[in-house]
Amino acid sequence: MSAEVKTAAATGEAVGRAPDRDGLGPWFSRAVLRNGPLGGLIALVVVMAVLSKDFLNGQNLLNVGVQASVTAILAFGVTFVIVSAGIDLSVGSVAALSATVVAWAATGEGLPVWTAVLLGLAVGVAAGLISGALVAYGRLPAFIATLAMLSIGRGLALVLSGGSPIAFPGSVSTLGDTLGGWLPVPVLVMIAMGLAAALILARTYTGRAMFAIGGNEEAARLSGIDVKRRKLVIYALSGLFAAVAGIVLAARLTSAQPQAAVGYELDAIAAVVIGGASLSGGSGKASGTLIGALILAVLRNGLNLLSVSAFWQQVAIGLVIALAVLLDTLRRRSAR
Amino acid sequence: MTGVKDDVPGGRELLRVAGVTKSFPGVRALDGVVLGLRTGEVHVLLGENGAGKSTLIKMLSGAHRPDEGRIVVDGQEVHIRSAQDAARLGIATIYQEFNLVPGLTVAENLFLGRQPRTALGLVDRKTMRARAAGLLRRVRLDVSPDTPVAELGIARLQMVEIAKALSLDARVLIMDEPTAVLTSEEVETLFEIVRELRASGVGIIFITHHLEEIGALGDRVTVLRDGRSVAEVPATTDEDELIRLMVGRDIAEQYPRRRPDAPGAPLLRVRGLTRKGAKAGPVFEGIDFEVRAGEVVGLAGLVGAGRTEVARAIFGVDRYDAGTVEIDGVQLARGDVRAAMRAGLGLVPEDRKGQGLVLDASLQDNLTLARLDRDTRGGLVDRRGQRREAAAVAGRLKVRMSGLGQPARTLSGGNQQKIVIGKWLLAETRLLILDEPTRGIDVGAKVEIYRLVNELTAAGCAVLMISSDLPEVLGMSDRVLVMAQGRLAGELTAEEATQDAVMELALQSQDGVSSEGTSSDGTPQSSAAQSSTAQSSTAQSSTTKNSPSKGSASTRATRATRATRATRAKSAKSAKSAKSAKSAKSTKNTDDQSAMEGSDVR
Repeated sequence: MSAEVKTAAATGEAVGRAPDRDGLGPWFSRAVLRNGPLGGLIALVVVMAVLSKDFLNGQNLLNVGVQASVTAILAFGVTFVIVSAGIDLSVGSVAALSATVVAWAATGEGLPVWTAVLLGLAVGVAAGLISGALVAYGRLPAFIATLAMLSIGRGLALVLSGGSPIAFPGSVSTLGDTLGGWLPVPVLVMIAMGLAAALILARTYTGRAMFAIGGNEEAARLSGIDVKRRKLVIYALSGLFAAVAGIVLAARLTSAQPQAAVGYELDAIAAVVIGGASLSGGSGKASGTLIGALILAVLRNGLNLLSVSAFWQQVAIGLVIALAVLLDTLRRRSAR
Repeated sequence: MTGVKDDVPGGRELLRVAGVTKSFPGVRALDGVVLGLRTGEVHVLLGENGAGKSTLIKMLSGAHRPDEGRIVVDGQEVHIRSAQDAARLGIATIYQEFNLVPGLTVAENLFLGRQPRTALGLVDRKTMRARAAGLLRRVRLDVSPDTPVAELGIARLQMVEIAKALSLDARVLIMDEPTAVLTSEEVETLFEIVRELRASGVGIIFITHHLEEIGALGDRVTVLRDGRSVAEVPATTDEDELIRLMVGRDIAEQYPRRRPDAPGAPLLRVRGLTRKGAKAGPVFEGIDFEVRAGEVVGLAGLVGAGRTEVARAIFGVDRYDAGTVEIDGVQLARGDVRAAMRAGLGLVPEDRKGQGLVLDASLQDNLTLARLDRDTRGGLVDRRGQRREAAAVAGRLKVRMSGLGQPARTLSGGNQQKIVIGKWLLAETRLLILDEPTRGIDVGAKVEIYRLVNELTAAGCAVLMISSDLPEVLGMSDRVLVMAQGRLAGELTAEEATQDAVMELALQSQDGVSSEGTSSDGTPQSSAAQSSTAQSSTAQSSTTKNSPSKGSASTRATRATRATRATRAKSAKSAKSAKSAKSAKSTKNTDDQSAMEGSDVR
């Protein structure tokens, strides 16, 4: 009778909660399950490299990075929200609104460019704060609050621009260029924002609170986490990241378009979920989200190279999302 | 296998588990377990958490299949592959975690998936309601079949689960700690139901951690330890022997409370705490008490008496309408958990999994959750420091874990509770409120938690312990406060506190309460106030501690009903004076006046 034996018995009971798992080549399934999203990305890259000889060349890979950048930056922001068991549907609209505000202030009103950019970021934060206030203090479901913000943000972007694109100030447009003629700035911004997101999640008070709130809001509250104020901060961060994504997108296009980034919120959510976060909250990683965004970008890029029609691409992306989450669910169940 | 009673009722063997073994990766959960169940028998399954009880009942209900060994029902070997198989064999299981749909009514839950149908194939609501009402009568549950389950408290949910099992006409009924959430009164009702079932020939496998229930209800006891069935003994076996069988060693003392010689300065003072309910009277009203450094104060009462609500209000989780909460004489803001924590309060909630833990987060994250602010410097959380702190406290609490990264979900109940308590140790809590701290926890872990309570109070902290486990309240408290229907019904010193005295106060109805009962105050002789002055000793002499005479009560003037009741409970000295302090000054006789002044001194 020793502590070891008891521990073993206790874990036995815990393990017992999962249904007996047999079937499925155990070696194969374990290899896939354990490596999760990264394994999926590598497998996808290998498949694309085999199918298209144009895929695995430096220029194309940088293209993939550029294509992933806007989704990834949006998705980093959404990761915060999803980890805390919320959802943010407004990021695409907020991105478009922020970019429009920057262009309107700089090009239309002639404000200094740095003021215009700060204003654009502030608008993103403000939109997030409003969503956050509706969720935390108004007790609206996050889905509804951010759905409202999706509509409001898009509407304001259209009002401000009169419905037509506004030229983006030249100095900000360098954000869409390349450094030294080959290194795309959007990729650098994506990496910087990714590192920031990773740091926030792992090492800040708000980041740790996200996991606690998402895992068990009541326990978090009873442990002295100021849940409401944290939610404000979380949605504000999501808005800030959306604003950055909007500015990067507009810089690439050299104009702010009120109709840009429609539907991007869904790509962002897909990236987060493919990256291993649970929509019920409490788990998620910046690295996973980055991988999720890269998987989507590789898939689009590869299918383009293979001249698969845009219509079929949508089908393929849907399948990948379903498969990714299915595998993740299996992984979780076997881990229990 | 010793001492099988020959006079076990019924006698025909209904179910036999023969040499069942079950392994999970890396662990042998069951090892050659033997268990026989006869018709008309209550067979108690006893064992510490992790001994294999859950695995065994999951095997009988079709969730697991044995690696080796046989399960025999009515003399025939059976293979239980699913819950449906179990139901077909007449085996019903009531789990600790309820399988009820909160949004549906009681009747809908009782007949979920097998609703009676009309000729057209629609749900026959009338029949369903009538049959549900019959089942509810059988379990003596006084609710309408149309009540949504979400509106029921935990004890009533348990009764609904039992009614559901009854509706299945089970021949074998497995009950996994059905009494853990019930009050003594409800337990008695449950026992009556179980006895009726036994008389009608049902075989019952009964899991409990409450040893005193075994003699009261059981016929035979099978003790599991580390996955083996180590003994089968008659239910009349004495508790010490059962504990010895269960843990494989002697536990010196079940309640190792070391009482302080003299409690210290008041740490927590609650005055006139009142929260109006939405309907049917206040949630709690006029709650006055204090807790001193070094003390363990028990808060007893029936479920629904308002104990948890008072604790939540003190800790700032819920708001209250009137009254004050003071720590070290400084008033706390209402409804502000963070302020309460800064002042040194901590709450170990009743619902460990729902409110105490972030189940999927690591032990480290759970342990350090309440001190996240403190570990944040320059905007960044000191994760390495947190790891160090978590490791230290986990070691101190002897948490059985594979590592600090392990999710809290995978720990046993006792170890989970240690994590919740450890969280407050790390937050440097000085007054810890424990709400049902040992519910569903095995004897070994219980004693460890009690030892920890001793350590805390020895270090000058204080503990307010809510518990429905009376032996625990009596064994661990230095003073016992008893709540009934939202009010403090009285206060007992450790010497006065007996099961009877506590129950008498707990069952006190509000019939004798008139307008004067608005504010209640424990009389000052209780240990809390004893440190002060001669005034209290005057009061003590007037209401002699051991005097059951009505005389002493009558000198206390008008509060006949309550005082008499309390006297009967041999607790006159701690019955509340049931008079507001204001009016007391002018109307009471000298003894009482000095008593009230004594209480003002506090």
